[in-house]
Amino acid sequence: MRTKSSNIISNIDWLLILFYIALCFIGWVNIYAASTPEENAEILNFSTKYGKQLIFFGLSIPLILVILFIESKFYEQFASIFYLISMLTLIGLFVFGKTLKGATSWYEIGSFTLQPSEFAKAATALAIARLITDKQFDFSKLKYQLQTFLVILVPVILITLQPDPGSALVYLSFFFVFYREGLPSYYITGGIGIILLFIATLAFGYIALLITIFIAFAGLIFYLYKKKRRVFKRNLPSIIGTYLVISLYVLSVTFIFNNVFKQRHRDRFNIVLNKETDDKGKGYNQRQAAISIASGGMFGKGFLNGDRTEGGFVPEQDTDFIFVTIGEEWGFVGSVFVVLLFALFILRIVFVAERQKSRFSRIYGYSIASIFFFHFVINIGMVLKLLPTVGIPLPFFSYGGSSLWAFTILLFIFIRLDANRTLDW
Amino acid sequence: MKRQILLISFVVLATLAFIARLSYLQLTDNSYQLSPFSNSSTKVVQQIPERGYIYDRNNKLLVANQPSYDIRVIPREVKEIDTLELCTLLKIDKELFIKNLERAKKYSLRKSSVFLPQVSKEDYAALQEKMHKFNGFFIQKNMLREYPINSAANVLGYLSEVNKEIMDVKPYYQLGDNIGFAGIEKYYEKELRGRKGVKYFKTNKHNKIIGSFKGGVYDTLAIPGKDLAITLDIELQKYGEALMQGKRGGIIAIEPKTGEILTMISTPTYNPNLMIGRERSKNSPKLFGDQENKPMFDRGLQATYAPGSPFKIVNGLIGLQEGVITTETGFKCYHGYRYGGRPNEFMKCHCGIVGYPIRLEKGIAKSCNSYFSNTYRRIIENYPTAQEGMNAWSEHVKSFGLGKYLGNDLTVGQKGLIPDASYYNRYYPLKNWKAVTTISNAIGQGEILVTPIQLANLTAIVANRGFYYTPHILKKINNEDIENPNFVEKKYTTVDAVHFDPVVEGMLETFENGTARASKIEGIEICGKTGTVENFIRVEGKKVKLEDHSILVAFAPKDNPKIAIAVYVENGGFGSNIAAPITSLMIEKYLTGEVKRTWIEDRMYNTSLEEEYNKRKKLLEVENEEQ
Repeated sequence: MRTKSSNIISNIDWLLILFYIALCFIGWVNIYAASTPEENAEILNFSTKYGKQLIFFGLSIPLILVILFIESKFYEQFASIFYLISMLTLIGLFVFGKTLKGATSWYEIGSFTLQPSEFAKAATALAIARLITDKQFDFSKLKYQLQTFLVILVPVILITLQPDPGSALVYLSFFFVFYREGLPSYYITGGIGIILLFIATLAFGYIALLITIFIAFAGLIFYLYKKKRRVFKRNLPSIIGTYLVISLYVLSVTFIFNNVFKQRHRDRFNIVLNKETDDKGKGYNQRQAAISIASGGMFGKGFLNGDRTEGGFVPEQDTDFIFVTIGEEWGFVGSVFVVLLFALFILRIVFVAERQKSRFSRIYGYSIASIFFFHFVINIGMVLKLLPTVGIPLPFFSYGGSSLWAFTILLFIFIRLDANRTLDW
Repeated sequence: MKRQILLISFVVLATLAFIARLSYLQLTDNSYQLSPFSNSSTKVVQQIPERGYIYDRNNKLLVANQPSYDIRVIPREVKEIDTLELCTLLKIDKELFIKNLERAKKYSLRKSSVFLPQVSKEDYAALQEKMHKFNGFFIQKNMLREYPINSAANVLGYLSEVNKEIMDVKPYYQLGDNIGFAGIEKYYEKELRGRKGVKYFKTNKHNKIIGSFKGGVYDTLAIPGKDLAITLDIELQKYGEALMQGKRGGIIAIEPKTGEILTMISTPTYNPNLMIGRERSKNSPKLFGDQENKPMFDRGLQATYAPGSPFKIVNGLIGLQEGVITTETGFKCYHGYRYGGRPNEFMKCHCGIVGYPIRLEKGIAKSCNSYFSNTYRRIIENYPTAQEGMNAWSEHVKSFGLGKYLGNDLTVGQKGLIPDASYYNRYYPLKNWKAVTTISNAIGQGEILVTPIQLANLTAIVANRGFYYTPHILKKINNEDIENPNFVEKKYTTVDAVHFDPVVEGMLETFENGTARASKIEGIEICGKTGTVENFIRVEGKKVKLEDHSILVAFAPKDNPKIAIAVYVENGGFGSNIAAPITSLMIEKYLTGEVKRTWIEDRMYNTSLEEEYNKRKKLLEVENEEQ
């Protein structure tokens, strides 16, 4: 044990820890700015959000130590148990959960609240890694495909029912892992196609799109008929089938968007697609966020000098919209720095994951890189009004104990696994 | 290895997309930095400067400011308040509370507006402590005018809150601002108000102020209003108002060598303190609605009367200038002047000199109607046609500042009326009128209408022997003499200076041995002219004669005159009865600083014409009932 623990220290990827500390520090500084009503407030005031966040950081240290001192094999062996417990906590919400902002996503313990869906990401990542590591596992077989889909489908359904569709959406990030581990590429092409068709339908309207698709397929069939008679004969039914499926999908998107989606969901898409310009009501958050960020200019207004941050124009500015504070007070330079820091952090995880000898470690690492990436893209994309409003936190930046601890656990399990790479049997 | 590229390329793509978006927002679209004021996180607060004070010519304070406290409300922020407690504190009932809140809501939910204006200082102290309990309500300090001396209300004017019409024309003003609405306050509004400053504050999303915006670099300081000194002698003004109590009319006194207005009295007047504060809304309709006394009507400036006998001076002067009479020309008077063959074509005269030739001096002193009828007729008939004669005469008269606006710095005024040929042509389309048709003009009755201030200016012209300075009210701005070329330019009449001396002698004679001899003062040579103007009202289709208006114009001393004055008392009887004593008391007071003839003073204080006015009122009531 002694030799091993000393090896752990020397094998830890300190670069990742440096990233972690940097992100947490910058995050906390901006929570301080976003939640300080007057200038010169005390730092150690624990009734404030930045004070509480400081406590959360303090509590992550023992958490990190515990994670690092647990045998790495333990995570692999108990992955299913973790997953099971995690799913049970999600189910338990329906009985014991506390409802905040319309979603039953929290357990209330004393004055603190915990959000199990945040921790479920780590458990699911472990479970996926465990499942794919299995010697029998073969992604080309439908049976195994369905097994992996089921593993992510359970938390997605449970979380969607809370309802917290934003957090559920994060589980889509596992498809990066699946693809990396051999999931046939038509899933990805199909998925991207579905998404592009969805956006195109909303942006251009289904009539224009149906006409375009018809012309495209008619052109294709005509071309094949003239030039590639053999290909034409063999594939005509499947081409027509594909055409019908795509056309039906476009129609169903229109139908679902107009009849199944709630108005607020429609609004979110319409705002990003610039079809809606209600700046006071539906688009208020994103509009105010864009103004605040733009007002930062090249170098920003300086720490604690963001008058719009101070004025509280952007709701949720210490949680989901924390990036606004960076944009206003630190300007273009600060924002790009944070964006690059995140990108490099994610790429570093990918790099470290790829160097693992253990398949389990690699898959787990790839999972968390995907999860971090998803949060990064969705959150900043939303703040910059590139994506519709989806309420998910920016890792290590957004205020909140659950998300901080969940991301810490997510990362440090990987650091622990990585530290063991040279000792793998 | 191929499959790893997917996530990595997504990370790189997303990073590039974010950087592109950030540079678009923060680097190219810099409209947000260019205009800090369009930023919704700032709030603009007007800094209203203190309004200038007004002093009299001897630096006595006439108008000052006092703080007042408005209760304002932002309806959207009114939440969970103890309505009953607030009503008790504000001393209002619940209906008024609801009514005022509804009114504020109608104006704006987000913007503050006045809920209850001008709370007393005593109430303010109690309110200030408890105001924080009532969300949405707050107290704003305001400035009210204060008048230490209850006098000259008609001169000073008053302030009023701007209305929409004013705001549309003058964008400087915003809802709730005050503006001078009458008198000095109106004419010298720009000088008195100063210039508003602007302060920018940072606000939060609830529009609450959280600090100054960028350390106040965009703020502008308010420029305080300028203090004015006006030409009025407030002691004389007060004295005149006291003498005029119980009488309707006007007194205007002018310093001839400058054109400065020394007094501008219009009675009945009102206490200027009635037009400020919370009581104003009650008082204002009362004052404006008083159709009998008309306290808001400035009789000195706005009332047009027939000038009566003082106008004879003008005709005498024109006669001399036209060469139709000389100082030696004499006319005989037989109790009046016959200007036609019919029995009623005869103008009575009370000069009492029968059969002897009367010359100019005597004619003025004794106010002989015959003398001036002859003179007037000669003036008109000096020309080939009556039309030409009339126009020549009219031009002469207008050069005395009559029949036109004086062009001074007073907000109200009347042109009066000096007829010319075209005027009579309208009434006599055949143009067959002659000098005798308009003979009433000879004695200032007829069609002529003048205001008391024009009459006073006429007196100043005689005092100056032929010219006048535009009568004006402003003396100093911020303790420095004003420089208005219009006020320092001598305006000459068409009558040469040499012709004035005989007229002045006649006017001196009026006070020495003539119609006003009872009012002469030992040691002061007063030159004046009494006047009595008949006036009628129409009741049941019949002309009913009322007591004559009493008029007097005078200046003193004869050499180097210091004051020219016109006194007009409605229904005051003979000019010598009321107007003359008041004139002489005013002159005595102004020239000597004290009044020794207290018995006359007392008589004037105690003379009330209320009975006369009631008679008129009753007659008018009868008339109105008939209709």
